[in-house]
Amino acid sequence: MTRFESELQVVADRVIEQARPGEQIEAFVTRGGETEVRVYQGDVEHFVSAQSEGVGIRVIHEGRTGFAYAGTLDEEAISDVLAEARDNVQFGTVDEWAALAEPDGVAVTEQSLWSDELADYPTDRKIDLAKELEKLASGADPRVRVDDSNYADAQGESAVASTTGIRMSGRENGCYVSVSTLADDGEGDAAETQTGFGFSVGRTPDEFDLDRAAREAVDRATRLLGATQPPSRRLTVVLDPFVTAQFLGVISSTLNGEAVVKGRSLFRDRLGETVAAAGVTLVDDPTNPKAYTATDVDGEGLAARRNVLIRDGVLEQFVHNSYSARRAGTVSTGNATRGGFAGTPGVGCLALSLDPGARSQEELVADVDDGLLVQQMQGLHSGVNPISGDFSTGAAGLLISNGTVGAPAREITIASTLQRMLLDIVEIGGDVEWLPMRAAGMSLVIRDVTMSGS
Amino acid sequence: MSGGGHGRAAGLAPRLVDVIASDVLERVLAGAVSTGADFAEVYAEDKRSTSAGLDDGRVEQVTSGRDRGAGIRVVAGETTGFAYTSDLSEPGLVAAAGAAAAAASRGGGGVRTVGLTASEPHRPNTVERDPDSVEKAAKVELLQRMNEAARSFGPEIVQVSAGYGDSRKQVLVANTDGVLTNDEIVRTLLRISAVANGDTGMQTGYQSMGHTVGFEIFDTVDVEELAREAARQAITKLRARPAPSGAMPVVIKHGTGGVLFHEACGHGLEADHIQKGASVYAGKVGQQVASPLVTLVDDGTMPGEWGTLGFDDEGHITQRNVLIEDGVLTDYMWDFLRARKDGRAQSGNGRRQSYQHLPMVRMTNTFVLDGPDDADDIVASTPNGVYVAKLGGGSVNTASGDFVFGMTEAYLIENGEITEPLRDGNLIGNGPKVLQDIDMLADDFAMGSPGTCGKDGQGVPVGDGQPTLRVKSLTVGGTA
Repeated sequence: MTRFESELQVVADRVIEQARPGEQIEAFVTRGGETEVRVYQGDVEHFVSAQSEGVGIRVIHEGRTGFAYAGTLDEEAISDVLAEARDNVQFGTVDEWAALAEPDGVAVTEQSLWSDELADYPTDRKIDLAKELEKLASGADPRVRVDDSNYADAQGESAVASTTGIRMSGRENGCYVSVSTLADDGEGDAAETQTGFGFSVGRTPDEFDLDRAAREAVDRATRLLGATQPPSRRLTVVLDPFVTAQFLGVISSTLNGEAVVKGRSLFRDRLGETVAAAGVTLVDDPTNPKAYTATDVDGEGLAARRNVLIRDGVLEQFVHNSYSARRAGTVSTGNATRGGFAGTPGVGCLALSLDPGARSQEELVADVDDGLLVQQMQGLHSGVNPISGDFSTGAAGLLISNGTVGAPAREITIASTLQRMLLDIVEIGGDVEWLPMRAAGMSLVIRDVTMSGS
Repeated sequence: MSGGGHGRAAGLAPRLVDVIASDVLERVLAGAVSTGADFAEVYAEDKRSTSAGLDDGRVEQVTSGRDRGAGIRVVAGETTGFAYTSDLSEPGLVAAAGAAAAAASRGGGGVRTVGLTASEPHRPNTVERDPDSVEKAAKVELLQRMNEAARSFGPEIVQVSAGYGDSRKQVLVANTDGVLTNDEIVRTLLRISAVANGDTGMQTGYQSMGHTVGFEIFDTVDVEELAREAARQAITKLRARPAPSGAMPVVIKHGTGGVLFHEACGHGLEADHIQKGASVYAGKVGQQVASPLVTLVDDGTMPGEWGTLGFDDEGHITQRNVLIEDGVLTDYMWDFLRARKDGRAQSGNGRRQSYQHLPMVRMTNTFVLDGPDDADDIVASTPNGVYVAKLGGGSVNTASGDFVFGMTEAYLIENGEITEPLRDGNLIGNGPKVLQDIDMLADDFAMGSPGTCGKDGQGVPVGDGQPTLRVKSLTVGGTA
């Protein structure tokens, strides 16, 4: 969010003014809109244009918490929501740490996350962008078809107010284009189809790189054609930047302060200990304007800030919101997350990145004798257990032999444990890419991973 | 306002049909096609939900939610325009219809009148106790009972998290073909996750149950047993060894492996993927695509199941669709647009997450019917392999057919016997190959746990089921 005096602030203020003695109340009010265009074979397949709004109210009284929400800002509905939240309070268990966030005096790093140009961007040109991307991706290689080509933008405005003195409103908008491709090869029983995708994100459409999005979608689909299932073995993996970003997303759940205070983090007792290879520094920094998820405040309205989680292999701190921090006897790191008006704040990393190394992917690959360049992971949600640390995921990519990238491989899994993978990091690439997720990507080399195949 | 007979502080919701009169719908729909579109539809919903979460021994909070609004879809040729609004008044609906029509606009025009005929109610589910009328205290008590049961199962259990959820969703669908349906879907859900701690680190167990019925489900379901099962799973895994690595026979316990079919072929049988040539099953109707043992059904009418609906989210009555019969592909699943394009009937598979989403082809309850074998014999006739007692989620690439699914409780099979427990991991396979490789199918059919199926950013509730079965070769993604 970029700070902005929103009229929604008045709505939030009005809710908390109704607090009774002894009650803490927080109101989170939001309004947003989206446009989504999907093009197929030169025609618009669908065009979505919509507005939505809602309010979530949290009430804490004598250590008990109640919550309610509604997808409307209708005045009568808002009073129903407050009544429901109050009613829900009585069913909560008394929790000595239950309380709303309080202003902590940390200065906000301003971000420019709003573009008037995007807000005024003409509809016809949005459709043209999706059509142009489809044309670029379908004309690049005779084996490639386009499954769909999309333009989407979203804008959101929100305000939070609490009886503990939080008062903050802001807005942001952003847009992206994406394309899904299919590459066909062979005939009869040997016929195969592989898929690819490409995308480009921006604060305005001027920041798009359509050529690159199309090229990546074509490359991703065609490079796996002819892939076979290699024999199982232990080898070194080089993760593509996109895959590394997904991997960091998994790691982040083990550094979550809520998981720590509730005993669910495998690193809960490891502060100050070596948990990763020397040279590995992991930072969560939503104040970096390059991060797709950059923000000036967190989900509770506290200033977002830069936190070093692992420094040169040593676990330095966890991320916290105000509740997990209070329980852990520390202060919020500005890592409250909020999915929308329908939920209360959680804890999470906002914009993770490894401190990058210096070398390119080609240079990293050149040092690998027997390895796999992992270009796709499938099933992270089903095969990774962040509590036990077991890591097993479907993968596809290119085999590496004596420093050279070779034949494509599919129908394989790669497996290890999260604990070992962090310690087995050999090198971090210098090819940082800020991707549309809560983590940046760069090539990452991890040794001694089990590849299961034939 | 608290502690009374009603679960809700703010009273019961008015009926959606009383909020939007059918003459209003007729005018909104006629307006939506007045600029030349050939089809328009109003999907309105009013959903009230209650959820409660217990973690770390505390009921953290009870949440009440209200989602209400309408999505309006206008189709002109191959183009769909869509807009939604939380304003259910006639001006609100007219404004959304105008936005959707403009989005689909191709010029033209003309006056059309729309006459709606209300469909006969179709209610596969019976709801005896509307969860909205049940005191919140009774819901919270279920969580406390589960917490205690899981913690007292063994000293190794160090953490328990449990969740309760119910919802009552009224849905109204009206379109320019004259369809007018009203439906109401009640859901009740319980989930529990337990963490056990031992010398080998922490392990997890998870159980859930969900049905499209009311609170009466808890008169018959033993929630403590559900909790003990989650605890038992976590404790068992404390002595688990790393899963093996490589291709081997895999036996999947009944009532847990439906997700295999959901991923291995269910998504690939959705007509949107078929029409775009993005499925390995395109052009294969009438062909042998699976072992002759396999008969696969998608059925949105199974009473009380998680994927059951009276009407799909396009107002089409749900039905039982046989997709694969004795291994032969018989049909795909269809929604309105895809069926219209192929000039055939819909199959009741047009679904959407909410009024804020466009419908598309989705599964309901997808399951494989009983086979000829005995479950014990399947294990006994497997010299070496893996026995999967509980599967986690999965995902598939419909174009290549490659799919993965996680095992959250599994054991080694050695010399025809189930032996040591295994740590979590993924299994990977190729859909068409795995379907042919099913070489034993038992006669012990059971439905599985409630699932949420994600596609194109939308989640919808689905059910699955299957008897115990064996796949003669699947790649197990362990480290040993």
